[in-house]
Formats: sequence, structure tokens, C-alpha cells
Amino acid sequence: MDDIKYTTHTQPVNRYDSDKDYGTPKKLSEKLVKLNIDGVEITVPEGTSIMHAAQLCGVTVPKLCATDSLEPFGSCRLCLVEIEGRRGYPASCTTPVAEGIQVRTQTSKLADVRRGVMELYISDHPLDCLTCAANGDCELQDMAGAVGLREVRYGYDGENHLKSTKDESNPYFTFDPSKCIVCSRCVRACEETQGTFALTIEGRGFGSKVSAGNKDFLESECVSCGACVQACPTATLMEKTVIEAGTPEHKITTTCAYCGVGCSFDAEMKGEEVVRMTPNKDGGANHGHSCVKGRFAWGYATHQDRITTPMIRKSIHDEWQVVSWDEAINYAASEIKRIETKYGKEAMGGITSSRCTNEEVYVTQKLVRAVFGTNNVDTCARVCHSPTGYGLKQTLGESAGTQTFDSVMQSDVIMIIGANPTDGHPVFASLMKRRLREGAKLIIADPRAIDLVENSPHVRADYHLNLRPGTNVALISALAHVVVTEGLVKEDFVRERCEWDSFVVWRDFVAKPENSPEALEATLGVKAEFVRNAARLFATGGNSAIYYGLGVTEHSQGSTTVMGIANLAMATGNVGREGVGVNPLRGQNNVQGSCDMGSMPHEYPGYRHVSDDATRTLFESAWGRPLSNDPGLRIPNMLDLAGEGKFKALYCVGEDIAQSDPNTQHVTHALENMECVIVQDLFLNETAMYAHVFFPGASFLEKNGTFTNAERRISPVRRVMAPKNGHGERGMEDWEITARLSKALGYEMRYSHACEIMDEIAALTPTFKGVSFKKLDELGSIQWPCDDANPTGTPTMHVDEFVRGKGRFFITQYVPTTEKVNAKYPLILTTGRILSQYNVGAQTRRTKNNVWHAEDLVEIHPHDAEDRGIKDGDWVGITSRAGETVLRATLTERVQPGVIYTTFHHPESGANVITTDNGDWATNCPEFKVTAVQVNRVHQLSDWQKDYQSFSEAQIAFTGKKSNKIIKQPA
Amino acid sequence: MQTEQLIKMANQVGDFFESYPDQVQAQQGIAEHLNRFWALAMRRQIAAHVKEANGVGLHAKVISAISSYLEVE
Ligand code: SF4
Ligand code: SF4
Ligand code: SF4
Ligand code: FES
Repeated sequence: MDDIKYTTHTQPVNRYDSDKDYGTPKKLSEKLVKLNIDGVEITVPEGTSIMHAAQLCGVTVPKLCATDSLEPFGSCRLCLVEIEGRRGYPASCTTPVAEGIQVRTQTSKLADVRRGVMELYISDHPLDCLTCAANGDCELQDMAGAVGLREVRYGYDGENHLKSTKDESNPYFTFDPSKCIVCSRCVRACEETQGTFALTIEGRGFGSKVSAGNKDFLESECVSCGACVQACPTATLMEKTVIEAGTPEHKITTTCAYCGVGCSFDAEMKGEEVVRMTPNKDGGANHGHSCVKGRFAWGYATHQDRITTPMIRKSIHDEWQVVSWDEAINYAASEIKRIETKYGKEAMGGITSSRCTNEEVYVTQKLVRAVFGTNNVDTCARVCHSPTGYGLKQTLGESAGTQTFDSVMQSDVIMIIGANPTDGHPVFASLMKRRLREGAKLIIADPRAIDLVENSPHVRADYHLNLRPGTNVALISALAHVVVTEGLVKEDFVRERCEWDSFVVWRDFVAKPENSPEALEATLGVKAEFVRNAARLFATGGNSAIYYGLGVTEHSQGSTTVMGIANLAMATGNVGREGVGVNPLRGQNNVQGSCDMGSMPHEYPGYRHVSDDATRTLFESAWGRPLSNDPGLRIPNMLDLAGEGKFKALYCVGEDIAQSDPNTQHVTHALENMECVIVQDLFLNETAMYAHVFFPGASFLEKNGTFTNAERRISPVRRVMAPKNGHGERGMEDWEITARLSKALGYEMRYSHACEIMDEIAALTPTFKGVSFKKLDELGSIQWPCDDANPTGTPTMHVDEFVRGKGRFFITQYVPTTEKVNAKYPLILTTGRILSQYNVGAQTRRTKNNVWHAEDLVEIHPHDAEDRGIKDGDWVGITSRAGETVLRATLTERVQPGVIYTTFHHPESGANVITTDNGDWATNCPEFKVTAVQVNRVHQLSDWQKDYQSFSEAQIAFTGKKSNKIIKQPA
Repeated sequence: MQTEQLIKMANQVGDFFESYPDQVQAQQGIAEHLNRFWALAMRRQIAAHVKEANGVGLHAKVISAISSYLEVE
């Protein structure tokens, strides 16, 4: 929590202490109230509970059912206090402060009552404290001590719950009802914090108990976010790792390495072993909440598949040779030099990943630009959010989202386009759901009925615009048409803040009759009146915010849609303050950061074009090497050229293009044609099966650095254990491997710690000028731009002025994709994500998260299935112009007729065998969301899958490991 | 790189500028996009295609943009 604006008269209170539990949430009222607690005067915002105020004066009131992440409930009666002049003993957690009251928290009467309460609790609680997993970390134990409980008169012979059976169904935590005190913190956490409403208190009085809808946890609605485990004061809900290992002895704050929410976690440790990861209350993005991935799915770091030794080989048909670091580095360097001499530097390049830290991305692009001598460096954002970078730079002037996550709490209308926050960005989705339960309106534009449409408790979309895949631009134009022709433009905003000429051209364009919802009704497949009403709501409903994801960017017109979104936000005056804005939801943790760090072939860190002389001179003098002023190759360009034998060497850090890029067979053909593929990763990923050099990387627990999340928040990644890739030497963080390769190529990068890389970034990049590890230690996290004018960062962008000066409107002409359905390929395949798995699944597949999603399924509408004689669970072949794969079908009306849907978390699914190499016009971002396909029932795997199976088994055998891949087969 | 691939990509860029009322602006927009985002070798190849094969397969606007404004040095 941030600084508080008030102080007591006797004791100044400057900061919240995240290790303390204040009992009830902080209140933000401007109005202040003065009161006296145990003789200490304090002034606090109106609405604050007496319990919270007491804690601020350093007085701890005993409590069990209250915790500061939840609204108070007042059930345990342990927190009673006396208020002078009032009768009875009010509960301090539910009683708000009042002006001038005198509160006493410790009297002999109160002590009696509290002992009585504790006695009752303990009489129905097992007394196995010494062997309990929560020993030393149990609030019931603490309270028994605090109230001075010395005897329990009721005995254990009467009725009790001590024999209740444990629920061990969840792979990560245990529910032991015998220890439950029915404080309902778990129930409230599931409702308030997570918004899933999986738990209830069933029965009444003595018979009441916590229930997950009368099912075990795994079968229930539970999404395993861990909020209930976090809130539980006893050993009832407990992490299995703690039960096994005992309580941790120290903790280090770091950042989740999964999605773009960028949650802050405390890695709770025993020596070098992680015992649990708990969400950090101070985390700017997550405020103490988490999802199943970050909270529990970190076991991959020590999975048996992990490769920790450097390896080399001459050909991809050879066995791998385990070698020393020196040998691997020198071999890689000699190959690069050989290829440079033979084919020239344009035949070489590098790929970074959004899974890398900022520092790793920075040194990799530096290596390619300064040492390889080309700008052929790209990042996996190419295949996800490159249109965001392009579109927002053009319109608003900066390639980043405009808001903080917290801004959603000020939104009145939320429009989600092509994103599925409850699966893709779960912790942010919880915040959004909280705002929606408070009454914000919701517009969803998605071909598929995501959970927020009507499958989330107490949340329902006001409008679900279930458009045809590939028609986003038509929808944006139709929405804009309504805004313009119905006089809903915020003209004063546009006049003051935007380029008027560009507005006029845009206005005249969208006002054309062919852009009306009526004219586009058939294209969109959405009723015109529906579109009109949604547009009216968006333009007039108060603070309107747009959140979008890959359903916007991964299209042939991805960049156009991003610009259209920015147009709409500007025209309705919804940029530049809290509650509004244009918010790209980034897939991977460091998509924003990897783009910021100059890993695109046309720009240096900070989005400055390589042809900009001033910038290039700056980097040339800092790096001491001449640099090219010509944009380099993008990933698809590299692959096209490789397929033709003109691109020969690739340094690929943390990225798995053979699984995550479209048209797999095109990718693997390209890789087979290269002479030196260097892969740096934790596992033998799909790309590594085509590699000649393997550098074992370090997991996020093993290195220092920073990640930048979707709200531009730079958060520290801290090393909690030594890298496991030492192979007889000291283990190396990934940037050290890159630096060592650089040295072998004759260019020394002299850093002794990741913080020095950040210092270099800050010195060369205006938007990062004020960023340093020291400042991150002080502030916890920083949202860039961080410079002299904004020394602690910039939560909301474009406040008084757009970064480019005036906002610029662009015409967004709808151009149908060339990926058209026809008689041969009559259906459209679109792709997405699921909560428990992450991206290509390399990490989450190696955790117990597989219990929720062991294979990728294809969703088919019952009509389409019936036409083809497909039943639920049947194996179906999916054929596109690019290839064929076989998956199991699940029939659902979530998809509309004519559209099928799948995820791509498992490589053997081959989802990208069928996606084509069509892409965005501006950035070549692949059109993952639209592929024309046919499906039919089959009885065996596709040829590709069979080949894949034998190839990958052989490749794994080449490392000396056993393949544990079990590809499910049609019966 | 295969010229077909470049033609497809260049035409896609052209499509974005299709509705621009000002033709000169549209052509400059197309060329500027290629100058800023395409590698030199790719620009040279598409320019050669315009010169040597009359830009067959390219939309008219894209051909004019390439011949008038593309940087190939
Ligand atoms: S499980 Fe824990 S949090 Fe839930 S009611 Fe029981 S003791 Fe309270
Ligand atoms: S883990 Fe999360 S979703 Fe599951 S019951 Fe607990 S709070 Fe609810
Ligand atoms: S995966 Fe995303 S939402 Fe889940 S804990 Fe990590 S950063 Fe947070
Ligand atoms: S803590 Fe106040 S009633 Fe339980």
C-alpha cells in the first residue's frame, strides 16, 4: 500500500507495513475523523474501522474472521472493544470510527469475553499444534496465546468435527475441515478477491461448514487461484508444499514469469528451495491476488526434462554432445564467423522472447546490432502484439497501453474486444469483475462467448457483439459511424487534443453509408440495432475504457483495428484520465518490455527508428561499433529467406518459433535449412529439436532483472537461488551467456550485474531515464515513462497532451481477409487460451496444471457437428490450406455455427500446422485468428502428427533423456 | 525472397491506403511504410520487379508509390 496522507498527533504513521494485517481494507475518504484509542489520538479517513485505526496506532486487537483484504463480517466476536458512553461491546472490525470517540481495546471484561470465545473454538479444534503444518503460522494459535487461554472446560467427548475427512483433490492445496473455524474468510475471498463464488457456508450453527458446492475442490467451480488459501487463518486450507517441507524461513519479492499482468510474489524459501509463492500485498498490479499459474505452477524449474548442460552437434540428425561452456560458446562463435564469411552478415540474426527479462532482451539486440552487424533482430511480439506497437505509435504517439490496471475501478463502461481476461489475464479479470459487480456496463466483441459474457457469477455482458472472425475493422467502423452520425463526438476534446484535419478526413470516411451498422450487418453477422446501442452506450455512458487482446492483433488487419480503437477512444474523449483509455492486454509477461528494449528490427530501445541519425549516433558511441541504418528482417522474412537457403544462422533466446509461429511445416523447413541454430532455453523445446547449439538457460527464480507488464510497470525479478546451468562452473544468468558469446565474437560486454545493464538502458533511453534497480527496491515497481519530470513514473499516459503532440486519426478501411471460406474449407478456425496453461505450455505442461487441461480440444457448434456426424469426444481431422491435424472434439454453443475454436498449449496438437502464413499488413503479425478449414471424423492421427511423434522421440533420445510424451491416439 | 510474397505484402500495405482521398498522400504513405519497415534487400527486390516486370501483380497505386518514392539506397 502506498503512503498514507495522514498522521496521528502522537505517533506519525508514514507507511503501511505489508507484513501487518490491518484487519479491514484501507478507506480513501477525503473526510477525516479524529478518535482516541487506548489513550492515543489518531486521525483517519471516514469509514475506517476501529480495528484498522487501532492497528495504525500500533494497537493490535485480537481477531479471527477479519483480514485486510476482505470486507469485515463480524462473526467471531473476538475483536470486541468498549466505547465510552456506548453500551455493549461492539466488534471493532465492523464498527466504523466516529468523531471524538474514546475506544478501549483491553479491559478485564473484554479479556474474559475473548477467553470465552477462544475456549469454544478450541473445544472443537484438534490439539495437534506441534505436528500441524500451520505451526508457527496459525492465527488461531496466535489468538489463543494473545487472549491468554489456559484451560478448555468443554472436553472433546461431545459432538465435534475432528474426524472430518480431508479433501486432497486439488493438486496444490489441501482442505482439512477438522481444522476449520468457519470464519468464512475463504468464502469471502473467493467472492470478493477472485470473483468465482465457488465456496459457501452450508448448514447453520454447529453444523455449518465450508463447501465447494457439495463437490470436491477439483470438481467444483474453483479455479485454484489460492485466494482462499491465502485468507485462511488456520491449517484448513494449506499449500501441499508447506505440508511437505514445513514453514519457510526467508522470503524474497519477485515477479511472476507468466502473463502480462505481472503479479508481484514473495518467494518463500528454505535455503535455496522454494516452499511457496505468495502474492505480495504491495504488488502494484495484483495487490495480493494471484492465479493458479503464478501461485502454484512454478515446479517446472526443477522438472526432470530441464536441460542444464551445454550441448552441440554438427547436424540435427546427430546425437547431442554434452560439452563444457567454453567449448559450446567457442563452437557457436566459430560457426557464426564461418557463416558471416561465407554468406554475409545479412544471413544472420537473433530472436528474443517476451519471456526474457528486459536486460536479456537488451543485450541480445545489442549483440545482433553491434556484433553481428545487422538489424536482423526480432521478438515473439511479432506474432502477438506487434500491431499494438505500430497502431498506438501512429495514433497516440507511444507503443503502449494508456492506463494502470487499477484505473478500471473508475470505469463506467468496459468494452472488451478479442480478449478473454478470465483465462488470459486472470488477476486483472478479478479486478474487472469487482468493478462490474459494482455496476459498470460491459460490451464484449468476440466471435465466441467467453466466460464474461454470461458464465461468471454476478457479471453479465450488456452487449455481446458476436461478430464473424476477421471483421473487427468493419465493427470498429460501424461503431465509429454511429458516434459520428449521431452527434456523439466529444468535439471540444478533439479540437483541443487532436489533429483536426485528420479528424475531418476520418469523420467523413466513417460517416459514409457503407460504414453504417445496417450496411455491415451481413458482414458482421450482428444486428445493426445492437451495434448502434453498444456505440451509444460507449459514447455516452461516462468513463469508457477499451481492453483488447490478440483477437484484435492477430489478423490481416490487426494494425488497422488498433488504430480504429484509438480513433474511437479519441473521438469520444476517452483518453488521458483514470477510468478510460486504450488497454492492450499483453499475453506474455514481458511483451511490453521486450518491445521497449529495441528487439524489433526497425527500432532501438525506446521505439526510435534505426534510420534516425541522432539515435544511431548515440548508440554507436555508447557501444563503440558502427550500426546499420537499415531496418532488419522480421521473423517471417527470416524464415522465408531461410527456406530459400539465404538465411543461415539464428540465435534464439527463450523463444520457440517451431511451436508458436504459424504454418509449422514452413517454419521447420526453414530451420532445417539453416546451418547454425543456437537455442537458449530451459528445455529441449520444439525449436531446439532443429538446433546445433543448446545453451541451458536460467529460470526466473535463478536470475536478476526486470519485467514490464501491460500497464508499463517495470517490476524486479530477483534471484532466489543459484542458476542450475553451471555444469561444473558457476551457474550463469541468461545475460551472462549472451555476454560470453559476445566476448568469443571479439566484443566484450562489461557488466558485473544485471543492474548495470539497466543503468545503460536508462542512460540511452529517455523514457527509462530515471529507472534503476535501486529505485525499484525503494518503490517496488515503476511505470514508464520515468524521467526528470516524472521521477516515480507515469500511471496514466497522454494526460494533458498526447506523446506525439496531437492525437492523429487514421482512416480504417475494412479489407476482408484473403483467407476465405469456400466449399472445400467451409469453417473458420480461431484460436485462444485457457487459464491453467500458458502459451506454448513449455512451463505449465511440466506442472500439475495438466489436471485441468491435459490436451487441446476443438470446440464445434452442435449444428456443424451434426452435419458431419461428429459426437462429443470424437477424434476429428482439421484440414486447412496449410496442413492437417487431429484433435478431440467438444461440442458447445459457445462458438457460433461456422466457427470452430482451439487452444495451442500442446505441441503434438499441431494447431499451427493448420494456421497459414497470412499476416497483418503493417507488421506481418500472423493471422492466427482466422483459418478456413474443414473438419471430419477420423480414426487416426494426421501424417504430420505421426511424423512429429517419431521425430520428437528421436530428438529427445539424442539428449540421452527419455521421452515421456504420450500422444493420445484415436481408439 | 519469393517475389509473390513481396507482392502480396506490398498490396496489403496498399489496401490500407485505399480510401485515402489524397492520392499523393496515399502513395507517400505506402512508400514510407516500406522504407521504414522493409529490409533493403526486400525493397530492392520489389523495385526491380516494378522496373523489370512492370510490377505485374501489384496494384496500380503501389506501383506508382514504389516508382516515385521508394528508397533503394
Ligand atoms: S477454511 Fe479457513 S478460511 Fe475458510 S472458514 Fe475454515 S478456517 Fe475460515
Ligand atoms: S482457490 Fe480461488 S477459486 Fe478456488 S475456492 Fe479458493 S478462492 Fe475460490
Ligand atoms: S499468470 Fe498472470 S495473473 Fe497469474 S499470477 Fe502470473 S502474472 Fe498474475
Ligand atoms: S474479527 Fe471482528 S468479529 Fe471476527
